[in-house]
Amino acid sequence: MAELNETHELSFAEIEDLVFLLKNISGFDLSGYTRSSLKRRIQRIMGLEHMDIVDLKNALVNLPGFQTYFIQEVTVNVTEMFRDPAFYRKLNSDILPYLSSFQRIKIWSAGCSTGEEVYSLAILLKEQQLNERAFIYGTDINSQVLDVAKKGIYPLKKFKEYTENFNAIHLKENFSSYYTARYDAAIINHDLRQNILFSTHNLASDQVFNEFHLITCRNVLIYFDLKLQERVINLFYESLALFGFLCLGTKETLIRHEVMKNFKVVDKELNIYQKIK
Amino acid sequence: MIEKPATHMIAIGGSAGAYELIVELLESLPAHFSVAIVVVLHRNSKYETKIESSLSQRLNKKVISVKDKMTVLPDNIYFAPPGYHLLIEPHFSFSLDISEPVQFSRPSIDVFFESMADIYQDKGTAFLLSGANTDGTYGLKRLLEMQATCYIQDPKDAKIDTMPRSGMTVSKKIKTLNNAEIIDFFSQLI
Repeated sequence: MAELNETHELSFAEIEDLVFLLKNISGFDLSGYTRSSLKRRIQRIMGLEHMDIVDLKNALVNLPGFQTYFIQEVTVNVTEMFRDPAFYRKLNSDILPYLSSFQRIKIWSAGCSTGEEVYSLAILLKEQQLNERAFIYGTDINSQVLDVAKKGIYPLKKFKEYTENFNAIHLKENFSSYYTARYDAAIINHDLRQNILFSTHNLASDQVFNEFHLITCRNVLIYFDLKLQERVINLFYESLALFGFLCLGTKETLIRHEVMKNFKVVDKELNIYQKIK
Repeated sequence: MIEKPATHMIAIGGSAGAYELIVELLESLPAHFSVAIVVVLHRNSKYETKIESSLSQRLNKKVISVKDKMTVLPDNIYFAPPGYHLLIEPHFSFSLDISEPVQFSRPSIDVFFESMADIYQDKGTAFLLSGANTDGTYGLKRLLEMQATCYIQDPKDAKIDTMPRSGMTVSKKIKTLNNAEIIDFFSQLI
């Protein structure tokens, strides 16, 4: 932990400077990101790279590839399979059966990071035999994490926790039937990956790219201020088919936003909403 | 209605062996108080606990599990939700973060104390209670640097004294309080 505690104290004014600089020299606009998280993440990069603020600005302007690295490290890429089993239980018992009446089911996992949530959804679809007519788009701002997602290979040591999560959903199959363990890695079964596309998409600047019946964006909005949240939620609203579902993280909420009037609350605790107009 | 954020904050960091004292000191609070109280307690995110709602009913006070971007309000007791780090934004709202656990803990007391030091500075007061790890020590250091007031539970009174003992290595200036003194402090809040 010494690295994290190595003090590279940034003031909030210096963070504003960095956000402004990055916006001017690259396509990355962090101005809607929560400052307290940004501060932690940027201080962490400075610690890892042994940089002060001058070095950091210099590297952002002059060092090839550093901007991409910076964005990769500034954004939080922690995720797990079947995080919040109660959410997946609800998808399995209510939401997917509802969507099964649709001819095609298009799903968007926004801010999918290394893809664990996308494969969790793919497993649920398979359980419900909906996988043939469903398609999942997994998007993230960060192309490096998407490379990991595309491979579908994860450290085996994490699968103990994932198995506990999976068992808490009470599905038909065993979790182990969905992956192959080799040495210290687990590879997600090939058939689960057929109707999945991973692609970069920046929620802060990119537009609607398709129409969806289910959008999951869990624990992404916590990194955005209310203004950027508003933009992203409107983007989701416009990307949803009528009667499509929006799923947020359990500590996030639509309630503060104007567009709420067009949604019905399906589950208040789990933050699942349905577009009704 | 525009709600005015709390100008002062009291934070309580605790781990194994801290829960009973936390309940006791919350029970001793007056009917209303002008600060925001934040509890960062290590607990397992796999088991949905109802600490907040049961305390809320029993104490007849606003005991809240923090949600994204809530404004920090006076006269409220906030609990950091399990599975998230808790932070404070410059305009006095809470923010949550699911980045890696720090010292195996999420919420991390260090992470919260550090963020509180940035925002509340000398308007912050922190208590470090019983626990079996060293979370909170670095946070106390940052709080002291920003002129916040810090207290540590007397290790003799702590069920597990690792956390308070570790906290005491930060500075001799940090006062230790026994359980009765801690409860007294909270009962006299205005």
